[in-house]
Amino acid sequence: MQTLTRHLLHAGGLALWFMLLALPLLAVRVDTLHNVVEWRWGHLMWVGVGTFVLALLWRGLAAWRQRPTLEPGPLALTLGRLLDEPHLYRPALATVLVSALIFPWLVDTYQSSIVGLALIFVVLGLGLNITVGLAGLLDLGYIAFFAVGAYCYALLNVRFGLGFWPCLPLGGLAGAACGLLLGFPILRLRGDYLAIVTLGFGSIARIVFENWEEVTGGAQGIAGVARPGLFGLEMGLEGVTIYLYYLLLLLVAVTVFATRRLQHSRIGRAWVALREDEIACAAMGVDVARTKLSAYAFGAFWAGLVGVIFAARNTYINPNSFTFTESALVLSIVVLGGMGSLVGVVLAALVLVLLPEYLRAVAEYRMLVFGAVMVLMMILRPQGLIIARRKRYRAGAAA
Amino acid sequence: MTDALLDIRGLTMDFGGLRAVDGVSLQLFPGEIVALIGPNGAGKTTLFNCITGVYRPTGGEIRVNPPKQSGRRIDGLPPHRITTLGLARTFQNIRLFNGMTALENVMLGRHCRTTTGLFGAIVPGPAARRQEQETIAASFALLEGVGLAQYADEVAGNLPYGAQRRLEIARALATTPSLLLLDEPAAGMNPQETRELDDLIVRIRDEQQVAILLIEHDMRLVMNISERIHVLEYGKLIASGTPLAIRNDPKVIEAYLGEECHA
Repeated sequence: MQTLTRHLLHAGGLALWFMLLALPLLAVRVDTLHNVVEWRWGHLMWVGVGTFVLALLWRGLAAWRQRPTLEPGPLALTLGRLLDEPHLYRPALATVLVSALIFPWLVDTYQSSIVGLALIFVVLGLGLNITVGLAGLLDLGYIAFFAVGAYCYALLNVRFGLGFWPCLPLGGLAGAACGLLLGFPILRLRGDYLAIVTLGFGSIARIVFENWEEVTGGAQGIAGVARPGLFGLEMGLEGVTIYLYYLLLLLVAVTVFATRRLQHSRIGRAWVALREDEIACAAMGVDVARTKLSAYAFGAFWAGLVGVIFAARNTYINPNSFTFTESALVLSIVVLGGMGSLVGVVLAALVLVLLPEYLRAVAEYRMLVFGAVMVLMMILRPQGLIIARRKRYRAGAAA
Repeated sequence: MTDALLDIRGLTMDFGGLRAVDGVSLQLFPGEIVALIGPNGAGKTTLFNCITGVYRPTGGEIRVNPPKQSGRRIDGLPPHRITTLGLARTFQNIRLFNGMTALENVMLGRHCRTTTGLFGAIVPGPAARRQEQETIAASFALLEGVGLAQYADEVAGNLPYGAQRRLEIARALATTPSLLLLDEPAAGMNPQETRELDDLIVRIRDEQQVAILLIEHDMRLVMNISERIHVLEYGKLIASGTPLAIRNDPKVIEAYLGEECHA
């Protein structure tokens, strides 16, 4: 009861303070035509009420977060159990897979198209999850590798007539090579410095694409990139959208499979150990430089790969698709999903990409809602949607 | 003395104007248990950090002669190379991988003795599978050896303090060292745990044929298990010898042990 009174008093005080601050801006209006001062008390009241409610909500959430028991919530518990027991998660996985497979036949092209976009970000999230989530190396310029993959295909296709399939691995390798390129100079950096350098790298990549007009077409970009073929089959726009949807679904499956395998391997353990304690990691005989480089390169590989598909999907690319906002979005996906958790990253990517799309109905408020969801998420569940769990090993059991 | 496992000559480490280690020379022979004692700030941990490659010494040289390999100079090598050459360590302030399970911590120690790469991890062939199996089996065995088998799936950060110390030892042993460097293994342990540590250290030496160099403040432990003791003060070696000789050395009593230990 006493805490409630304190919360109310605090919120009331805050509301009064905000009303005072807003007084000259919102309440007073000087009517220069009639030389009178107009007092708009109604506006001020709304400021007061709004602040009061928000302050109460904020304090309530903060108190709830600091509750003594750190038991996972019911949702997390259900998901955690689901992921632990094979007889529970196998049917769940099968259901998800089947619904994903029949999805494009149930909805219109627009739906499969935006889900396709979300799948692109799933792959990006899974790729960045290797660098940030597993190895703990911050990367604020991740989208540059995606751009490299996209430009790699666009240029090879438009200038040299190379097809989609030979370009797919090339795009991935180009991404990985750029990952190495970025990795070398920042081997010794940590924390804030790493953030600044990777941010710079992302910007440099975009600026190069924007200004190297003879090669990349500058700000106008490259148009007329070929869509992927399927044994010379002719497909309409609808067919291509569905085809790309399946292609992306396959890529997601491959990425999940590969990262899962890696996560619980010699290399994956070294990545996680590097995240946990770099000095101990080196003292246990892990080549820190090599491990970091492999994490950057392998994370960037997936971005390059999916970049090729992105270029093929849009048939047109320009530097505007690869700004810092996209890097930040991918990073949000990893953080929101739960660092190192594959299921979490997949879920977060779907939510973060699809939510703004479906919120188009409330047009101008969608980014506001989006931001509110992010803030709430970080308050209620700072570890991310799903907390990564460590594998249990059995002596003599199959790995 | 060329048959020394570890041969340190004139080792000096300066931090700006501060000389933390000053012309230290010492040798370690296979299968020995040697203690390094001295007051706080005497440079014991700095010496460890020089040996294991965390610091690059500013003077002198360090050589190792691992069995069945030719000796080589290790000062200035990166830490992982030194570990691969057969030196493993624990840390004064426990540095486990807290988010990983106890077993995974030990498995990480096998990293430098295994070879599976990126591709082998994604599509493991028979060799990669066998290697992973061997890593799991060896790690379980090491956990059992330090009495932590029941904690295998527990996240390392949640283990009791004494168990964390022993887990660090198991992780270091997973690198199959010929020399194990223990930095205050008994720190924060109760007398019962410390006595168990005596047995553990001696047993590790006997079973794994590994030489042990330990920094420790618990004099009962040091006097009980070490065959030789080096005393460091202000970065200089002020005495070296058997526990009996050290106990009666007036310089050591003045600098570190104090009168009550003399009795």
